[in-house]
Amino acid sequence: MQASHIDEPVEQDMIVRNTRRPAWALLGERALETLIYLCGISAIIFVLGIFFFVFKEAFPILGNPKFSLHQFLFSDQWYPTSEVNKRYGVLAMIAGTFSVTALAMAIAVPFGLGAAIYVSEFCEGKTKETLKIVIELLAAIPSVVWGFVGLTVLSRLIVRWTGAPVGVNILNGGIILALMSVPIIVSISEDALKAVPDSYREAALALGATRWQEIRHVLLPAARTGLLAAVLLGVGRAVGETMAVLMATGHAIHIPHSVLDSVRTLTANIAAELGEAPAHSAHYQVLFLTGVLLFAMTFMVNLAAHCIVHGFKRK
Amino acid sequence: MFAETPLVRRKLRQQAVAKWAFCAMAASMIIPLVLIVGYLVVRAWPSLSLGFLVDMPTNHMRDGGVWPALIGTIYLVVLSLAVSAPIGILAAVYLNEYARDNWLNRLVNVAVINLAGVPSIVHALFGLGAFVYAARFGLSIISASLTLAIMTLPVIIASTREALASVPRSFREACWNVGASRWQTIRAVVLPNSISGILTGVILQVSRAAGETAPIMFTGAVFFKAIQKGNPFPYGLHEACMALSMHLYTLATQVPDVKESVPFATAVVLLGAVLVVNAAAIALRVYLRSRKKW
Repeated sequence: MQASHIDEPVEQDMIVRNTRRPAWALLGERALETLIYLCGISAIIFVLGIFFFVFKEAFPILGNPKFSLHQFLFSDQWYPTSEVNKRYGVLAMIAGTFSVTALAMAIAVPFGLGAAIYVSEFCEGKTKETLKIVIELLAAIPSVVWGFVGLTVLSRLIVRWTGAPVGVNILNGGIILALMSVPIIVSISEDALKAVPDSYREAALALGATRWQEIRHVLLPAARTGLLAAVLLGVGRAVGETMAVLMATGHAIHIPHSVLDSVRTLTANIAAELGEAPAHSAHYQVLFLTGVLLFAMTFMVNLAAHCIVHGFKRK
Repeated sequence: MFAETPLVRRKLRQQAVAKWAFCAMAASMIIPLVLIVGYLVVRAWPSLSLGFLVDMPTNHMRDGGVWPALIGTIYLVVLSLAVSAPIGILAAVYLNEYARDNWLNRLVNVAVINLAGVPSIVHALFGLGAFVYAARFGLSIISASLTLAIMTLPVIIASTREALASVPRSFREACWNVGASRWQTIRAVVLPNSISGILTGVILQVSRAAGETAPIMFTGAVFFKAIQKGNPFPYGLHEACMALSMHLYTLATQVPDVKESVPFATAVVLLGAVLVVNAAAIALRVYLRSRKKW
């Protein structure tokens, strides 16, 4: 074979190959690639589909004269089944979601970051692998089991320790949600810490810094965007969690005043009442509108996290 | 090597304190796992037996076993993965092997990430609106498994992409250079070299689908359904079914005077199934990683 053969244009090679393969194989390949393409963009269709169908069921309520969007967002009066004066205010549930999420993050963020630093910087080899596997298993525990633990175990402990009249309250839900969101915070923060170049660490150590000084003054500032994204994803998980808060936070619909108050979150409200609401009634439509609100909230949190990570990687 | 000055001593002390503090934080995540599993098993002990798995609930669900719920969960998991695994794997193939960096594909990435973040109860609302009412599947196994399929899809896409991306680019280039087309390369080189990683990701979703409650609560899972014992396929696809996760929720919150150990035993069965499947997937991954040649 002559050397000049290599310099021939690539197109000619492709024509030779194409004529050698039977037509059905080429057609099959085209069909398969179309299928792959369709599956590839299906995620967009599903996200739009979720928004469309949830919004479609909720839409008629917006034209209902008894309903006002202002009342929906800013009133804590939730009486969807009242005979004389139906009121659909979800402010109490928004407050419930925020209080439980805030408590969960107050516990999970320091513990999650601490554990991530320990796993990423202080252990090696077998210990590291084992810890990562345990974190993965912790993430796998179904939310209904967490809810069950909150309902049967933690609630009794809380009543015994704090003397609260009921054990299913913000504290209970917050602890359970913290345990559920710690694994995601740990794994994303660990990725962020791993992404910091080793040369940063070496430079700090060469200047005589201890590991702790290196972590505090070099690693944490360098990884801060990734760590922020980890926290945001934890928030997203906590806001969207349903079964655990349904079982562990009690069912009082009011704006809480202390961590020992029972609350109901947006998600738990849908799960608790959708079964009783007659299909396509105003109550049912308001529950779907709550779903739209939740979808929008988690969408923004996740988008923010994505943008932060994306910007972080590009740098 | 160097004499310890007070400054160095203080530095080292701080370092030791920090290390043990972080260690304690890591430990404080493991201890609950062990304590919870241990406590649940102890409380469930009186009911745990092989009979618990294969018996029908008796005395208005206050006693007896979890057989219909167990079978229902298997139905839901198998059907949902039969839908989401092919779509998810092909979508990952598209994103990793075909997609160029343009606005559409960036949009797909954003969509996958947001799909993963949609709260499970919103998936339930979607399933109710789309499959139960709009598609007229009613409260059925089909509606519930399709809802679960869409919920597990983004994670399958993400794990498959990771597996595909771990195949070195040089492998593909070698294959292209002998004249293979893109699809031939994927079939002959990329998929065989990443199938183990793909499988691990799918297996992990088995446990996720088995544990979810909210998405199936309003789309296909019911409190109680009598089934024929001894029939290996007791449910029709257009029927509603029982599911382990839903059964646990029902026993814990809706059934009065239930025998004390029964909900605990249900929780142990569910937790056990999930942890065993996960541990198997992790073991497979560790084993395959140790055999990897590149």
